Amino acid sequence: MSTINLVLHVWRQTGSDDKGSFETYQAKDVSEHSSFLEMLDQVNETLVADGTMPIAFDHDCREGICGSCGMVINGTPHGPQKATTTCQLHMRQFKDGDEVWIEPWRANAFPVVRDLVVDRGSFDRIIGAGGFVTARTGSAQDANALPIAKGIADQAMDAAACIGCGACVAACPNASAMLFTAAKAGHLNLLPQGQPEKESRTRNMVAQMEAEGFGHCTNHYECMDACPKGIDVEFIAKLNRDFVAATVTARAPLNTRAK
Amino acid sequence: MDLQSKAPAGDIETRWSRHKFNMKLVNPANRHKYNVIVVGTGLAGGALAATLGEQGYNVKAFCYQDSPRRAHSIAAQGGINSAKNYPNDGDSVFRLFYDTVKGGDFRARESNVYRLAEVSVNIIDQCVSQGVPFAREYGGLLANRSFGGAQVSRTFYARGQTGQQLLLGAYQSLSKQIDAGTVEMFPRTEMLELIKVDGKARGIVTRNMVSGEIESHLADVVVLCTGGYGNVFFLSTNAMGCNATATWRAHRHGALFANPCYTQIHPTCIPVSGENQSKLTLMSESLRNDGRVWVPKKKEDIQKSPADIPEEDRYYYLERIYPSFGNLVPRDIASRRAKEMCDQGLGVGPEVDGERRGVYLDFGDAVQRLGKKAVEERYGNLFEMYERITGEDPYTTPMRIYPATHYTMGGLWVDYNLESTISGLFVGGEANFSDHGANRLGASALMQGLSDGYFVLPATVANYLATAEKVEIDQSHPEVQAAVQSVRDRMEKLLSINGERSVDSFHRELGKIIWGYCGMARTKEGLETAIEKVKALRAEFWKNVRVLGGSEELNVSLEKAGRVADFLELGELMCRDALMRSESCGGHFREESQTEEGEAKRDDENYQFVGAWEWQGEEQEQVLHKEALEFEYVKPSQRSYK
Repeated sequence: MSTINLVLHVWRQTGSDDKGSFETYQAKDVSEHSSFLEMLDQVNETLVADGTMPIAFDHDCREGICGSCGMVINGTPHGPQKATTTCQLHMRQFKDGDEVWIEPWRANAFPVVRDLVVDRGSFDRIIGAGGFVTARTGSAQDANALPIAKGIADQAMDAAACIGCGACVAACPNASAMLFTAAKAGHLNLLPQGQPEKESRTRNMVAQMEAEGFGHCTNHYECMDACPKGIDVEFIAKLNRDFVAATVTARAPLNTRAK
Repeated sequence: MDLQSKAPAGDIETRWSRHKFNMKLVNPANRHKYNVIVVGTGLAGGALAATLGEQGYNVKAFCYQDSPRRAHSIAAQGGINSAKNYPNDGDSVFRLFYDTVKGGDFRARESNVYRLAEVSVNIIDQCVSQGVPFAREYGGLLANRSFGGAQVSRTFYARGQTGQQLLLGAYQSLSKQIDAGTVEMFPRTEMLELIKVDGKARGIVTRNMVSGEIESHLADVVVLCTGGYGNVFFLSTNAMGCNATATWRAHRHGALFANPCYTQIHPTCIPVSGENQSKLTLMSESLRNDGRVWVPKKKEDIQKSPADIPEEDRYYYLERIYPSFGNLVPRDIASRRAKEMCDQGLGVGPEVDGERRGVYLDFGDAVQRLGKKAVEERYGNLFEMYERITGEDPYTTPMRIYPATHYTMGGLWVDYNLESTISGLFVGGEANFSDHGANRLGASALMQGLSDGYFVLPATVANYLATAEKVEIDQSHPEVQAAVQSVRDRMEKLLSINGERSVDSFHRELGKIIWGYCGMARTKEGLETAIEKVKALRAEFWKNVRVLGGSEELNVSLEKAGRVADFLELGELMCRDALMRSESCGGHFREESQTEEGEAKRDDENYQFVGAWEWQGEEQEQVLHKEALEFEYVKPSQRSYK
């Protein structure tokens, strides 16, 4: 089995008050079958042995679905492989002797907690503002009483595939959360179950997104390029349409939601 | 201790509705006076917190992840069972009940399983109403697929990410309640101790994983929905953070731990590739609908490229041994047969530790029969995932798979109300032991999590609140103070050892012991060896573990150390339970107890019971209590999938 050696430049920051800086570490004898995070595990073992605090990073399922992991690798969120989360990135994508720069997501709305760990609570609050269908437990009708055209269901599923990792924000020069918000609103706005709350959902989610301090979308499409689930920017266009429609027909002024 | 299941008697079809009617209710106007703690926000915990919040209770919900949406239910791929019988292929509530009892090898409680099957119908309605984008037919109706252990198509799915979509449904409802203020959410917060006052669960002690702050939270009832303990094995399909600390702390306070040796080894995972591997990745069981499992017939072919092995030299062992279920036999059987093939030297793939542990899962026929496009539509994302991990293209070369620890059927003992042996402590989802017996069928974990969370616990927790005497306590209560102090002391102890070995190195070693002796095949001698090895490892851990940093900061090693310390106790109990149960059943395979064909051989006369263990103190042998199982509706028989 072939192994490689790498030089890592890793962002270390003890907390939100600390300025932070890059530290250089050697990653030695890394198997090409290892994942990127397993490579970091290996480096952490050597750091602990030397009495240095291990590099903190978010991760959990390591199957590319929970959305916990995420770091900017050589300037690209989730690294060089398309449509791949950091945990699914494998070391066969790197060559012996490569230098690798590893940074946290950088956005005002994602403050650094420690090293590569950021606070993405802003995403949860956008969902809380309107990213749901009000469906009281136990009050539902029979599931097949509401046929949904396959094309619509598939499109909703395309949007619902978002794992909420935040790579779209990290990739955007404006640190905008439009792709995330559009995917989440789009999933529900497309479906018949989502129609009764469509206007309030659209307006409240957008208002919360702005209150959180995310930037505006200026159509760079870097988000789509970075998205590990391939969420399409067509959903941003859809959100813009839904937002205009909701604003025009709205009877009450837009509430700006407090953070 | 006399274990009372509290399951109602009489006609099984009306047990749950009669029980619901007999339970007490809490007036809507009074609900806000009750505080409920829910630990874990997966399908069971997320659904429960959302439901109770919406009903007006004061809920505090806790998860160790940075967001409730990331709980490990999210990783379930294949689907969720429901007895809707939309395909009209002979399904019914009774058939789902029957299949689940049989699939569990007659080691589950009939009343619980029947309720699960009954409620399964409501779950799909609930999820669709929330906007869960299940797969649909062209006519707009819901689509179904088949899963292991069943001859009907009753599995609903959302591409290969059913768990994520169901969890997002629950999470969105939960988020609405958080925004509305009925649920207070504590992400990145880990439960480290249970607070018990006058014999009742009254709260928990938590650590804020960012600031390190230790806090106590008090309530009228505590519900643990904290998942399973598969990470005892170190390498498993569980998420890295999955742990048993919440349930184990409750166990140490007197909650009985049932059937810890019932662990599920999932047959279709990507084989281990090397020493630094941190986890194993599951490929959905749905792949077995169209993939054919085989190994070379001849040992000299194992290193050949599969393309160079002609059809007549391939051994499709599942199709051959089990003609009626073929590649869709239940998980325990598929796993054991894969191990058997590799034990015989027919395993394929690279050598790791001197062995080839892998069998082929071949889509060649499916691609020919259905076309690449149809296969891609069904399994595209799984194929991509496989290629990213292994660097091989499953459309052209067969996948290599091998079993890995996936799910734990054991867990805290609960009665029909899902209440543990500690009054006021309820347990839902994978964390309890209740519904799957000795083996869980595919697509039944999501069903159980949502059944507990949306439908069972909201009723039984309300009944508890309505009937228990409400006693106010505050943070100054001596039991609260003592629980907080014990957490601080334990953390100080872990930090002060300052030994030579990392936490992970202990965890890895524990995993190897348990996998080796308490994995797919178990023997008396092996288990006795394992118990001694785990004891020795535990002793070394408390003398030689190295945890850097302090307790008042984000400290990953400290978090892991606490969890591994608990795994080191639980691992021993798993071996003890496996040793006690000298029969084979479901996922528990004692080599001493097998049929002539090599299937698990139960011993109903001596082991038709739930084995529930009572904590006796550190380094003390636990005491076994038995809940006898009775089968009125599905008569125990030798499981046959031939």
